[in-house]
Amino acid sequence: MLPATLREILDTFALVSDPADRAALLIDFADQFRQVPPHVAVPPFPKQRRVPACESEAYVWLVPQADGTANLHFAVENPSGVSAKALASILTSTLSGLTPEEIEQVSPDIVEQIFRQNISMGKGMGLMAMVQAVRALARAARQR
Amino acid sequence: MTAPVESRGYVHGEVLVSTDWVADRLSDASVRVIESNEDLLLYPSGHIPGAVQVDWTLDLNDQVRRDYLSREAFEALASRIGITPETTVVFYGDKNNWWACYAFWVFQLFGHTAARVMDGGRLKWEQEGRPMTREVPGYSATTYKTRERQDGPHRAFRNEVLAHIRAKGQLVDVRSPEEYSGARMHMPDYPNEGALRGGHIPGAKSIPWARAINPGDGTFKTAGELRDIYLQEQALKPAEPTIAYCRIGERSSHTWFVLKYLLGFTNVRNYDGSWTEWGNLVGAPIEK
Repeated sequence: MLPATLREILDTFALVSDPADRAALLIDFADQFRQVPPHVAVPPFPKQRRVPACESEAYVWLVPQADGTANLHFAVENPSGVSAKALASILTSTLSGLTPEEIEQVSPDIVEQIFRQNISMGKGMGLMAMVQAVRALARAARQR
Repeated sequence: MTAPVESRGYVHGEVLVSTDWVADRLSDASVRVIESNEDLLLYPSGHIPGAVQVDWTLDLNDQVRRDYLSREAFEALASRIGITPETTVVFYGDKNNWWACYAFWVFQLFGHTAARVMDGGRLKWEQEGRPMTREVPGYSATTYKTRERQDGPHRAFRNEVLAHIRAKGQLVDVRSPEEYSGARMHMPDYPNEGALRGGHIPGAKSIPWARAINPGDGTFKTAGELRDIYLQEQALKPAEPTIAYCRIGERSSHTWFVLKYLLGFTNVRNYDGSWTEWGNLVGAPIEK
């Protein structure tokens, strides 16, 4: 089960078929992206935080909270990483504050639903790797 | 610090212009700046003021056949971006100008020779903190009349490549060393776009496209540095017919640009069928 807020975003993307409108929507999300706050991490970021296969040089953190939920943070180091910033912004706004069990439910399939024709050749793999990295961190947090 | 474009000793150096050159001509009506990217989100997220976008899949490729656009479609494209045959078009883009060089190459199929590439592309413009805008310019439609597309001088087809192999002609494989050796059938981190066999065209030399650029800012190396790679180290001869290829013809249009304009090769063509055709072609000779 995907969280309701993420479901809503996917529904919105499903309704917008014009490529230019989809691009505008993605850019809006990219504009809302906030780099990982300094109390979580400061550059240079450790290699083990880096999302493999992502050319936008994305890094990801999952910070467990006292109430059993967790917060997600990303850093995107490539200034041209608009797609990575859009996805990071969607993931952090919809998954932060959920439990690791809930976060782990997110599937890399959402990349296809969100980006569709806006996905360029190399990007799909890197974006799916971002989702996989979130899942892996959530799984690790759950097993801790 | 990269040497100024004019001082790098290129054979046809006029086709390569600097970011300064472009910045000085942003309101020059005889110049049209064109952004061509792999990533479709980049142009709408910010571009050089006044620049239009030409997309390789939507604008330059035929939407049904695997081929380039027709004369009529090119005329319509030219009209939409408000250029005449006299307008100087300047291409720039992401990925070290891969798609900029590709678009430049397609424009040559229609004989639009008033064409330039902006050295360093989008990366350098951004690094220099130059102005970017999200405003999409509207230019009045023009009437653009041209001749039929002429592939011959710039483009190679599979049968020509076969004849070229038999004639022991110069072939340049610009893919990664792993793709050349057949260890992988796609670019690192890219999906396999469906080649059944790995390896390279017999006799091809492996000269990855990226060797022509300075990775820090995406600018082209000097003519001297390029000669060291293509002429000395790889023993290519500028007067001999040469064919470059990659996977779908985009990285090889970058090398085509280097060989033809920066080094002055007199007969160089881009085999855009490239590995996605050759690696699937029944009976085509392959070397590993």
